[in-house]
Amino acid sequence: MNGAHDMGGMHGFGPINPEPDEPVFHAEWEKRVFALTVATGFGGEWNIDMVRFARESTDPAIYLRSTYYEKWLLGLQRLLIERGHLSEDEIARRMARIAAEQAAGGQR
Amino acid sequence: MAHDHHHHHDDDHDHSALPDTLLRTKALESLLTEKGLVDPRALDELIDTYEHRVGPRNGARVVARAWVDPQFKAKLLADGTEAIKQFGFDGRQGKDMVVVENTPRVHNMVVCTLCSCYPWPVLGLPPVWYKSSPYRARAVIDPRGVLAEFGVTLPGTVEVKVWDSTAEVRYLVLPMRPAGSEKLSEEQLAELVTRDSMIGTGVALAPGAAA
Repeated sequence: MNGAHDMGGMHGFGPINPEPDEPVFHAEWEKRVFALTVATGFGGEWNIDMVRFARESTDPAIYLRSTYYEKWLLGLQRLLIERGHLSEDEIARRMARIAAEQAAGGQR
Repeated sequence: MAHDHHHHHDDDHDHSALPDTLLRTKALESLLTEKGLVDPRALDELIDTYEHRVGPRNGARVVARAWVDPQFKAKLLADGTEAIKQFGFDGRQGKDMVVVENTPRVHNMVVCTLCSCYPWPVLGLPPVWYKSSPYRARAVIDPRGVLAEFGVTLPGTVEVKVWDSTAEVRYLVLPMRPAGSEKLSEEQLAELVTRDSMIGTGVALAPGAAA
């Protein structure tokens, strides 16, 4: 599949800028996305090729501006929906509920 | 004046998350836990493993062994997966390992142009730059330029070989043993082996340079 992920040889991305003494994860949510992906995927429900394909199926414009674990998150969500484990609606409702809980918590 | 600026992530080094990302992550974990598809304790365990227990120190032990034990080195180059398994480093994202040796004539460097394939059992999770667009794009078209950015300048007589990882095959570079390290023990040698030297964007430290 030839898409935005097929980056070998592309020009214009600029310098690499390695980060000295980089931590393994940069935020708590990255850890959760990593673990969720590994825990669900490697149980045999899907394999690495399917995970990769799901990530690569992300809209190219979104793919290019997403950070690494954002790509994982979108890929995981796509697989969970495709496989019928979750629906978009269900995810949206749960997000709204968590946001409401957080807002209520923040006002106290 | 409040400016509702959700900035976008053109930069691979920008780790600030949009509220949507945080909420979506929480929602997925909450729903998957509720449905019994994941166990939060198993998630914590996975995070702990890759944050604290698996990392480039594993690979450094393999490299140091190869430097002191010619028989092991031969085995490592012939069947990386089996040789590395002796250390108990195997499994997830490292089931098929190929070890490539740097020599005075050949310098090897590893990339995954399509994504982020990386030998987890020996190096842990890849750094951000390895997964970044600039590295993935440039490693295969301008490897010497990339090496220069990492402070590595090779004579023109040294051939640079770039290995593009796949979902199946993961590469580990066996860096050259540094000069002046003849008297060091295997443990001391392992201290000279950096993560980048095993990706091929660095070389092993000179004795005395190790922190």
